[in-house]
Amino acid sequence: MTSEPTRPDGASTSTVEAPRAGARRRRRRGRADGVPEQRLSLRQRLRRDRTLLIMVAPALILVLLFMYVPMAGNVVAWQEYSPYLGIGESPWVGWHNFARIFTDAAFLNAVKNTLLITTFQLIFYFPIPIMLALLLNSVFSPAIRTTIQSIVYLPHFFSWVLIVTIFQQIFGGAGLVNRILTENGFAPFDLMTDPNSFLVLVTSQAIWKDAGWGMIIFLAALSTVDPALYEASVVDGANRWRRIWHITLPALRPVIILLLILRLGDALTVGFEQLILQRGAVGAGVSEVIDTFVYYQGVVAGDWSFAAAAGLVKGLVSLALVLGANKLAHVFGEAGVYRRA
Amino acid sequence: MSTGTGNTQGALAPVVIDPGPDAEGSFQKPRRAGRRFARRSRHRPAWEESPTPLGFGLKALALLGIVLVVLYPLYTVILTSLSTQDSVTRAGGLVTVPDEFTWSAYEQIFSGGVVSRALGVSVFVTVVGTLLSLAVSTLAAYGLSRPNSVAHRPILFVFLFTMFFGAGIIPTYLLISNLGLINSLWALILPGAVSAFNLLILRNFFMGIDQAIIDAARMDGAGDWRILTSIVLPMSKAVLAVIALFYGVGYWNAFFNAMLYINDNALWPLQLVLRSYVLQGTQLPGSTTPIDVTGGAVTGLPIKMAIMVLAIVPILIVYPFIQRHFTKGVIFGAIKG
Repeated sequence: MTSEPTRPDGASTSTVEAPRAGARRRRRRGRADGVPEQRLSLRQRLRRDRTLLIMVAPALILVLLFMYVPMAGNVVAWQEYSPYLGIGESPWVGWHNFARIFTDAAFLNAVKNTLLITTFQLIFYFPIPIMLALLLNSVFSPAIRTTIQSIVYLPHFFSWVLIVTIFQQIFGGAGLVNRILTENGFAPFDLMTDPNSFLVLVTSQAIWKDAGWGMIIFLAALSTVDPALYEASVVDGANRWRRIWHITLPALRPVIILLLILRLGDALTVGFEQLILQRGAVGAGVSEVIDTFVYYQGVVAGDWSFAAAAGLVKGLVSLALVLGANKLAHVFGEAGVYRRA
Repeated sequence: MSTGTGNTQGALAPVVIDPGPDAEGSFQKPRRAGRRFARRSRHRPAWEESPTPLGFGLKALALLGIVLVVLYPLYTVILTSLSTQDSVTRAGGLVTVPDEFTWSAYEQIFSGGVVSRALGVSVFVTVVGTLLSLAVSTLAAYGLSRPNSVAHRPILFVFLFTMFFGAGIIPTYLLISNLGLINSLWALILPGAVSAFNLLILRNFFMGIDQAIIDAARMDGAGDWRILTSIVLPMSKAVLAVIALFYGVGYWNAFFNAMLYINDNALWPLQLVLRSYVLQGTQLPGSTTPIDVTGGAVTGLPIKMAIMVLAIVPILIVYPFIQRHFTKGVIFGAIKG
């Protein structure tokens, strides 16, 4: 049994055995070097895998220190934290800070803006990578395709500071567009400081930066469509548009649903860096989102415990949204982001 | 897909989109994987009708428009950074038609002072950070990629969980300040040194490497260190390049960490300089004095645009070498894991 060839995943290549027995045997078998696992005590397994554990250790330590220790640090949300007293000495105030959140007009405004921006982006940003992918997928010359692809991917790698600056230079009060407008006798407008058009502004920035990058995943899904399907549909008399409707779009369905769900799980996180850069120009009224609220209340205004409570609520709601959205995906019969096997 | 993911069973198993009939082959021969995308569309299939002139024209126009929307802003920014103050004044803002060229804006920002220092800081943080992140993630990804090793599932979960729940700004800030890292460049490197997402891409790639090769090496007496350095890493150059780019771009572009943790503007990275002097229009200290060859003081727009170009250039340099690996890297990462 042990001399039998194994696949990388350690599953049996034998087709005779029932899957149950295969699973049991897989558990019994040790690592791929053939040492059966069950005969080894934990101590022996630790000894066998000590190199691997040593390899994982640096990353694990970094993550535990910089991601998990702060998670515990969220206890300040239940305190009246003072930097001079520290976490140990600051007085405990129970749920006071959480109660404050839900009555705080500025926080509720931040929640409103967050949801507004998310919804707006979902409607106007989300379809664009799909349309781009369809357009590019219909280009037959590989040279032109790859050239265009590498150009539209590019802005994804620019920093938000750069993107906002570029927009400011082009659409700002003294920018390129205004110059052309005034030269041709039109009234200038300052897109960068106008609260009324802020939603359009942040969405178009997001599109300029990431629409090309978002296309990758759809292009990949399109490349897996079996050409025989198209061939067969042509035989049945389907034209170009019918083929898109009946073959291409259904092929994209799982990816579209997956990304929609991911977006839903991320609903409370909208472009933190992007918004914090423009909050000054447009005003907190329309540009304050939960993340920027936490920053300004905590780090800037020094109301540490209140801000920590707001951040914690946001994190927990986001976590619930991810889990819920994934559940929803299962209901729709899609694989979702992850599944318990 | 049927291969390679066996030991994620029971843990969080990522969604799998079948990458097509020849993905199996590409999984074992990573170097050939990219061709799948090119090969598919080399010829128009016999059944595909050729486009009408109108459709062809519209499509060409749309694609040209998209390309221009991306490239035109970059063109004007670069052109303005190379222009004299005179041509900027004449143009009334960004220069869109080539006029006189001068390097004086660049000479000035490289002549010491805030921008030169910031460039040094950014380069240091990016290089050291990328090396550290890459080393630590590669080791961890390999350590977690061996089938049935002890405790790999709980450890993997520890990493995965950080993708779904973050601690929040306030407690992280309190930790950094309690560690005494305020005004230290390590505050820009350590907190984000490990990205669970990149780690998963690497791990997935390592698990896709044919187990037979690794078994053979083990038979020849190679330990895990030897297998990693002599077999796994040389086979993973493409994905390592992409991950290095992801990490590098992350460090290069980050400004919020610096905004939080660095108060001393001698330690500001380039993005923070960009933010305060270019975006918010704060006066650049010591920039008003030098007189350039054309006789006018070079302040204002050319300098600002030169700082912007400085922030773009490293990306433009690295990008062409790595971008052909994107599709594969992102597909293995984003879809499979």
